[in-house]
Amino acid sequence: MATTRALVITGNGTNCETEAAHACRLGGFDEAVIAHIAEILSGEIRLDDFQFLNLTGGFLDGDDLGSAKAQANRLKNAVVEGTGEKLVDQFTRFVNAGKLVLGVCNGFQLMVKMGMLPALDGNNLQQTVTLCHNDSGRFQDRWCYLKVDAASPCIFTKGIEKGIYLPVRHGEGKFLTDTLQTLERIETGHLATLKYSAAGYDSPAMEFPANPNGSTNAIAGLCDPTGRLFGLMPHPEAFVHYTQHPRWTREQLPEAGDGLILYKNAAEYARKNLL
Amino acid sequence: MANRIEVALKDDVRDSRGERIKREIEHFLHLVVNGVRTIDIYTVDAQLSREELEAAASGPFCDPVIQNWSIDLPLASGFDWAVEVGFRPGVTDNVGRTAREAVEYLTSRPFAAGEGVYAGVQYLFSGALSSEQVEKIATGLLCNTLIQRYSVMPAADFMAKRGFPTSVPKVDVGAYSNTPVREIDFEVPDEELLRISREGVLALTLEEMKIIQAHYRDPQVVAGRAAQGLGGKPTDVELECLAQTWSEHCKHKIFSGTVQYEDENGTKQEIKSLFKSYIQRVTKEVRQNMGDQDFCLSVFKDNAGVITFDDNNSLVFKVETHNSPSALDPYGGALTGIVGVNRDPFGTGQGARLIFNTDVFCFADPFYDKPLPSRLLHPRRIFEGVVEGVEHGGNKSGIPTVNGSLVFDERFAGKPLVFCGTAGMMPTKVNGIPGHEKSINPGDLIVMSGGRIGKDGIHGATFSSEELNENSPVTAVQIGDPITQKRMFDFLIRARDKGLYRFITDNGAGGLSSSIGEMAGECNGCRMDLAKAPLKYPGLDPWEILISEAQERMSLAVPPEKIDAFMEMAKRFGVEATVLGEFTDSGIFHIQYGEKTVAWLPMAFMHEGLPPMQIPARWQPPLNLEAPAQHKEDWTADLLSLLGQLNICSKESVVRRYDHEVQGGSVVKPFTGVANDGPSDAAVVRPVLDSFKGVVVSHGICPRYSDIDAYWMAANALDEALRNYVAVGGNPEHWAGLDNFCWCDPVLSEKTPDGPYKMAQLVRANQALLDLCVPINLPLISGKDSMKNDFYDGTTKISIPPTLLFSVIGTIPDIRNAVTMDFKRPGDIICLLGDTKDELGGSEYLAMQGYTGNKVPKVDITSALKRYKALHQAIMHGLVASCHDLSDGGLAVALAESAFSGGFGCRAELANVHFDGDQRYRTDETLLFSESASRLLVTVHPAQWSAFEEAMNGTGFSQIGQVTDSTTVTIAGLEGKTILQGSLEQLKEAWQRTLREL
Repeated sequence: MATTRALVITGNGTNCETEAAHACRLGGFDEAVIAHIAEILSGEIRLDDFQFLNLTGGFLDGDDLGSAKAQANRLKNAVVEGTGEKLVDQFTRFVNAGKLVLGVCNGFQLMVKMGMLPALDGNNLQQTVTLCHNDSGRFQDRWCYLKVDAASPCIFTKGIEKGIYLPVRHGEGKFLTDTLQTLERIETGHLATLKYSAAGYDSPAMEFPANPNGSTNAIAGLCDPTGRLFGLMPHPEAFVHYTQHPRWTREQLPEAGDGLILYKNAAEYARKNLL
Repeated sequence: MANRIEVALKDDVRDSRGERIKREIEHFLHLVVNGVRTIDIYTVDAQLSREELEAAASGPFCDPVIQNWSIDLPLASGFDWAVEVGFRPGVTDNVGRTAREAVEYLTSRPFAAGEGVYAGVQYLFSGALSSEQVEKIATGLLCNTLIQRYSVMPAADFMAKRGFPTSVPKVDVGAYSNTPVREIDFEVPDEELLRISREGVLALTLEEMKIIQAHYRDPQVVAGRAAQGLGGKPTDVELECLAQTWSEHCKHKIFSGTVQYEDENGTKQEIKSLFKSYIQRVTKEVRQNMGDQDFCLSVFKDNAGVITFDDNNSLVFKVETHNSPSALDPYGGALTGIVGVNRDPFGTGQGARLIFNTDVFCFADPFYDKPLPSRLLHPRRIFEGVVEGVEHGGNKSGIPTVNGSLVFDERFAGKPLVFCGTAGMMPTKVNGIPGHEKSINPGDLIVMSGGRIGKDGIHGATFSSEELNENSPVTAVQIGDPITQKRMFDFLIRARDKGLYRFITDNGAGGLSSSIGEMAGECNGCRMDLAKAPLKYPGLDPWEILISEAQERMSLAVPPEKIDAFMEMAKRFGVEATVLGEFTDSGIFHIQYGEKTVAWLPMAFMHEGLPPMQIPARWQPPLNLEAPAQHKEDWTADLLSLLGQLNICSKESVVRRYDHEVQGGSVVKPFTGVANDGPSDAAVVRPVLDSFKGVVVSHGICPRYSDIDAYWMAANALDEALRNYVAVGGNPEHWAGLDNFCWCDPVLSEKTPDGPYKMAQLVRANQALLDLCVPINLPLISGKDSMKNDFYDGTTKISIPPTLLFSVIGTIPDIRNAVTMDFKRPGDIICLLGDTKDELGGSEYLAMQGYTGNKVPKVDITSALKRYKALHQAIMHGLVASCHDLSDGGLAVALAESAFSGGFGCRAELANVHFDGDQRYRTDETLLFSESASRLLVTVHPAQWSAFEEAMNGTGFSQIGQVTDSTTVTIAGLEGKTILQGSLEQLKEAWQRTLREL
């Protein structure tokens, strides 16, 4: 029987692989494999054998050239041993096969800087938006309310009613676009799936701390027009159980955390469409 | 020729880095600037074509959405002053290293030897600044001249000269000619021996120098050396190696010395080794008392302590200090502190996965405005640098920083204390062998893995064994590189599971001389060739290679049959690993440089050649001025000022900069309550995501009590850690302690005439640990001492207050039972556990008025244990809504904190507080602010009150009030009248204001 398989890439400063794999399993994937980038470059593990790719949070190469820049460069230029093919070709094949990619925090930064998002004209290798230093100039670990755009094509956020509550943990999360036109196309295409908001998820928030970084239009999460590629600065894998909520000792909360739905949706999509 | 690539933000993009610098200039230097912009500079010293340079600049170096780039052309415009900052030659340059790797990926061609990329930042200031003011900004804020260089240019010069010249901060090999191994003549007068020690930063005493002299006179030694082609004089390699091995830092001579202690009654006592007589004895007795319930697995012998966790995992914990380097370069020092302590649990047993960090800092007031001796950095710079260093070290390593504190006292201007802790999880068994055990067989290969060796960190161990002075060496400072270390850990943890090595340990203080020296002790010998060690740049002398403390290195023993698989895997993971020699059973620490023997030291002499130091100690209790008792109608203003004191106020601006949630296991976070901003007492972490068992970690620290009696300082630190631990739900039947002593030099000498008093303080702190730990089955599993925390420049001496950081680690059976400190519901009953006494001595309240007093809080550990065990059962049965420990500021502060964190007011009556002692001292003042130990503030739902009462029966508690549906904290005094009333908003604002802007 075919199984749903999630891949979590780690190495060179990636940090959240364990909890991301845990979230994949809780969400319903039959298998979640943590693979070091060395095991992918050596050809031991192939992207083709998975339906869901997780690019997780961390500090790839220490964010030394700007977040995820060095890894974007590595993925574009490194060659998979024994195949002659560049790693980026495996990525492109994965995306073109209709599979799912979720980038969280550093993973979102990587997707954006490789050009995988928003990929407005189907070009997955042309950067048009970015994530740069928070307006505060500081790393921040704090929880944020995220208003969902119900009209978004994003497959990960289906079924979320008003919004979700998740932690952000980053120094470079301010969302910017290259042109106003790009921003308009993102908005009209309902690609800005999640926006920072006040409690209650009524309207997008531009003020700190509700908007922790000063993102344009309060954009916290972005998908491509197919809805299968999704990136967000907040950490869904950090809230899959109620005891991870900062106020769980004083509020009545359901067993599952708000972030789990993203992984459930991914598992369900994979089972229905990718086996 | 080198090229300069510049990368600047586009004009319409906000420069948050520049804005932050601007704020700091205004805030700290009180200068007005109109604007600050920044440009990244990459100096590329490599053979690259123009196309390749352009591909690098436009590709990995530049974000095209927000940045522009140029090659050999300044981008700066519209400014008045430019300052460019880069590293000095040889200093770890992480950005430069990543930039170089990026270019190598791009060109598919490795750099040639000597080629490199060097990173820098250009700051552009607009505003009417004088040249002196720009210098002040450069040296006071932008750059630490110990490790960085800077140049300044006014705009007109900049335009005329077309920007800063290209300069390559390459280590100049010519300047460090590879001198052959020197021999040092020990047949010289005593003064000469002392000069050799002092000028070489060897930190060896005359007595120790004479022991070395005697060793080299021994005919057997002379004959053995002759057989190796060595002369009768010690080589520089040998001398440096002995100095590291015998340094206070590595050998703990004070803790293992023989102490002649005399108390205030003239009773004399000889103590042979404080470490053996107190610390080790605690653990030995506790383990005996626990019998088959003993949960200790590995104590004192390894890099960290190990206790049981569950059937499949064991729990590892270590806390270190990194004070001296942090005084010189706060950022690099603290960064190295955190990535350094990470290697301790990682190098324990066969290796552990790291699950959290803790950090505790002791600083002088960041708003300090009096003159400081030259060489001392301003406390605010230390604060900023240390916080940023730990932020980078922890966040980039993917290890959550879950617990810590900031302690302030003016004397920490002399040396800041930087405590960094790391816990890990290891499998109970690895390939059939207990995870906490390891061994070495003769014939196993010596392998060094991770970073390369440079001149960084040379003499770190010996320099931190002396007071900080004018001549403290700059090479002692290092900058850690969390990413290189993480790559190494990613590789080694997989190598562990494949069984590719037999023994692993950390390279920390003393470098290879220490790690290989200790490993060689496992099998009694080694042979190592220093010429095989990979270097950052050529030109290091053999002794420098041996003792360099260059970071991110682990030493391993690899069986010969596994070496090919080990090396192949290292290569695949992009981690450098080098075979340096092999372990033997020759009894000799045998070091070569190529074919030539450069050190030949009998293992027995290295490790046991040093007789115990003799240290006098005499205790005479000080008599401090007593503060006059105060009687007031209204204490609200006192509480508001107390809440704003540095030691009490909110540290949220700092703590939010640490990732405390990565790995997904944070259950009780640093902040809690209705607005996520109340101060948690301890951390609860869930290290295995499919189990509900949790780890609890807490700490206690109260240096000010040392001004009365270091015995009670230590007792209160321990009790505070226990209170914090049980407050969140920690199990008092499964807990372990870590002791980190930071003292001022306690050894009598010309420089330290009050040595006997300081040593007596140390003895008393140790006595407290023995007296308190044994009755409550609290084993000490690890710790560290740092004994030279003084500053002395010949005229000014600053000694830190004797400080014990006591950390407690243990477990909670089910994380879902954890409790936080915020009031939960109106109507809940407020209950104070424990008795309040007339103990304002050393309190935050007296300190605020400029007094120390004498009535220090005393700890009755037997009654405290009964209380903690009963409370734990109550918590496990869900009877406790909130629980908060009472410490700095006493009851008034605890009530205010629980109230504003929970968003509910309360009413409390001091008449109901149980007071123990002479009734004349039962006053509103004492009841509000006394810091009596072993007390906790608990709230209980009325429906659960009778069950709670039953659970706590016989442990001493009083019902003192109720949580209200209001926004006011109201306290009624002994006479029944309201003596304190504040709104939640007002109280929280007072608590948050002090450090909000930092």
